[in-house]
Order: sequence, then C-alpha cells, then structure tokens
Amino acid sequence: MSDKVLCLQNVCHSFEGIEVLQDISIEVDRGEFVVIVGPSGCGKTTLLNLISGFHKPASGSMVRLGQTRMVYQSDGLLPWMTVSENIEMGFPSVGTRVSRARQLSKLLALVCLESFANHYPHQISPGMRQRVELARALAGEASVLLLDEPFSSLDYQTRLLMRGELVSLLAGRATTVVLVTHDIEEAAQLADRIIVLSGRPARKTFELHLDAARPREPTDQIVVAAMRRLLDHLGLLNADLIKRSERDKDAWAAVSV
Amino acid sequence: MNTQSAKSVALPVATCLAGLACWSLVCSLHFFSTSSLPSPVDVASGFNEEVRSGRLVADVAASLYRVGIGVVLGTLAAVPFGLWLGYYQWPRAALMPAVNFFRSLSPLAWIPFAILWFGIGDAPVIFLILMPAFFTLTLATAAAVANTPEVYFRVATDYDINRMALLRKVTFPAALPQIITALRLTAGIAWMVVVAAEMVSGKDGLGFAVWDARNGQRADLLVCNMIVIGIIGVMLDRLLQCLTTLRSVRWGYER
Repeated sequence: MSDKVLCLQNVCHSFEGIEVLQDISIEVDRGEFVVIVGPSGCGKTTLLNLISGFHKPASGSMVRLGQTRMVYQSDGLLPWMTVSENIEMGFPSVGTRVSRARQLSKLLALVCLESFANHYPHQISPGMRQRVELARALAGEASVLLLDEPFSSLDYQTRLLMRGELVSLLAGRATTVVLVTHDIEEAAQLADRIIVLSGRPARKTFELHLDAARPREPTDQIVVAAMRRLLDHLGLLNADLIKRSERDKDAWAAVSV
Repeated sequence: MNTQSAKSVALPVATCLAGLACWSLVCSLHFFSTSSLPSPVDVASGFNEEVRSGRLVADVAASLYRVGIGVVLGTLAAVPFGLWLGYYQWPRAALMPAVNFFRSLSPLAWIPFAILWFGIGDAPVIFLILMPAFFTLTLATAAAVANTPEVYFRVATDYDINRMALLRKVTFPAALPQIITALRLTAGIAWMVVVAAEMVSGKDGLGFAVWDARNGQRADLLVCNMIVIGIIGVMLDRLLQCLTTLRSVRWGYER
C-alpha cells in the first residue's frame, strides 16, 4: 500500500442532482502514468477536481499522498505575469533568491523558452503557453501532476510535439501523472495504464496496461495495438480490422487488459 | 514622410486648416454679427488677451485641479469598493442596483444639493465630479472582477496564494485593463461635469469663464474657452491612454 499515491474507493459525485461519477475506484502507484479516457462532458474534469481536493466526493473515499499540481486545458497562465513570473509561482516560498533564479533558468531551459522569459503569455504561441504551464507545475516538485486535456486546444502537429516534450520533462522524475483526455492516440502514446470511462454518469468500463518504454511514436506497434483495443472496446472498430489486429500477436502481448 | 505619419498628422492638420478657412469665409460674408459668430482672428486676439491677463492659465489650473482631486478621490474610493463588490456575491447582489441607480443619475441633478451643502468654490465642484467618478468606476471594477475567469482564482489556490496576496497578484491585475478603460471614461465625464458645475457654483475655472464670457457678451472669449476645453479634454484622454501601454496590462487590449 505504501507505493500507492492515490486511492479512490467507490467514489460518487453529483452536481445539483445530476449524477456525474458513479462508483469509481482507482488506485495509482507512485511514478505511474495513468490516462483517463472518456467522451467530452463525462465527468473527467470532475474526477481531477476530486483528486486535487477542489471538490469533496459526495460519497466514497479519496486518499492522496503528497501535493498535486494541475495543468489546465488552456489559459491557466496569469496573463499579467511574464513567463518567468508565472513559472516562479510554482516555486515553494522557501529558498533564497539565488536558488530560485537557478531553478528558474533550469526550468526555462528544460522547456526551451530561455529567450521568452520576459514575454507575456499573449505574446507566445499556444504550444509555448502549455510548456510554461508544465514548467510551472513541475517547479514545485509536486508528487502528483494532474493534466486536464492539456493539449486539446493545440493543432495536431503541436500536440504530437508536446507529448514528446512531456515525456522528456518527466524523464528522471518520480512524478505520478493522471492525465484526462478524449484522445485515445494520446492515451496510447503516454500511458502506463489507460482507464476508460463511460458517458455521464461516468463509470469505469475498461482498463488497459501498456508495458513499453516511452517515448512512443503514434505508429509504434504497441500504440497501434492499444488504440485498436480501445476502439474495439468503444465499438468503433469494424470486424475485419479486429481480425487483422489479432495477427499482430507480439504487439497484443504487450497490451494487457 | 511615410504614409502612416501622413495619415495620422497631415490629414488632421489639413482638416483643421480647412475648417478654419470655412469659418473665416462664413465670417467674411457677414451672415452673422460678430457678437454671435466671432471670426478666427477675433478669437485669436481674445485668446491673446486671456493669456496675457493670466486668467486663462488660472482657469485651466482651477478646472484641472478640481477634476484631478475629484477623479483621484473617486478612484481611491471606488476601486477597493468595486473589487470587494466584484469578489463577493452577496454584497454585489445587495448593492449593485443602487450603484447602477446613482451611476445613471445625471451628476448635474446634484447641483442644487452641492451648492446647498458646500456653497461656492472648489468643494461643490469636486463633489459633483466625485459622484459620477465613484459610481462609474465602482461599477466597472465590480463587473471586471465578477467576470474574471474562474481559472485564475483556481490557479491562485493551487499555488497557495494567500488572501492578501490574492488581491495584489490576481484580483486587481485581472481587473486592471478594464479599470483603466473606465478611468478614461470617467475622466471624460469629469471634464464635462466640471464645465457645467463651474458655471453655476464656481468663481473661476473654464466653466465659469464660459459663463462669464456669455454674461459679458464676449463671443470671442466664449469660443476661445470652448476650444481650450476641447483640446484639454482630448489631452486628458491621451494622457490616460498612456496607461494602456504598460506591459502588464497589454494582454487586456491585445487578446
């Protein structure tokens, strides 16, 4: 139990009589990358809000070890602060000015935004803004990172690049990640484990473990196999394709239900 | 001279000269008597007379002083009050209709009370400027805070920004671009109010000068004062517009 960072048991939640989450139980290991997939409006964000402690579950229990940091879909940066000032918000209030400056330049280098340190969010591209958000979230060495569709407002190419950047940002950190998305390709590229939620009220309908190193390309066998499994589960795959996918035995083996 | 500066400088100057030419032409045709339409030359000599006597400078200073005090006091009171109203739903629900009522009330309707309570001089005029300044700015500030995206406050909570710092780091800067816009609007209103207020309860100032010129049947001085009032009004707005060039508020105008 000691390496469980998050433990939700039979969590239910509703807003003004509308049931949003129904009997959700999820355990997350330290350092695990969990992606929660579900249709828009199913309650994914509510689930993250419960995990972050912003909402209290109506019933069930939620135990969380360590601090969480949330990365929002878009516009989570404070527009009146520069890139540097936004990232500095993430630093814990302890620490000297020198050590903060050193940390800041390290983070700016990590997200390749050294020359944009004094720019304001509206002066940089949406992809850069999400990078700043990630840097800010990583600044405080939070143990659990919650990502709420962090790349959904970006174009496809930028989204692909950002997935790669997220992987390299997390490399060498013991950060636990819970990412919600409706993009199953994103899920297959990033996750150690994918949890599929139904439409509202959200229930857990499927769970998929992916045992492969990151970074993964969208065309990697394991990614394709995982996507097929998910599409199959969601009833979005036609029968011929299922037969074909069954031939890719090796890839199927690495993707376990 | 490039096209841009030609457009922004030469065209307005040309328009102005054309206007002066038309004005001179109409005067030279003697359709109206000089006492009802003075010529540009009359106005220029009136201007000269006013400047030499020192009256114009004193009037401008008096009016600017009253507007300055009224707007500054109004801002100092309205911004904190508006931030509070915007942030808390209950006070907003309770007080916004009243704020809206007073904002919709013409400040000139207060003139009788202003004179009754404060007599003649600076005080009633400042009071008459303070009223619209306070209510306009309160409303704008409260609306700006109430419409601040929820996510900024979420982020502030995520990153442990405490209550006092919240005001300084989130609530106020989030509303600032709209506060600056409201301040420009307020200064415009104040500059209009000061003229009317000084007409009835002043003993100097540009509004009083206009009234005095009318009483003395000096149409040249009347036009001279009108021109000065218009020019200073534009300059005041230009001055406040400088606030919008602050780097930390540009986001509010460029998005």
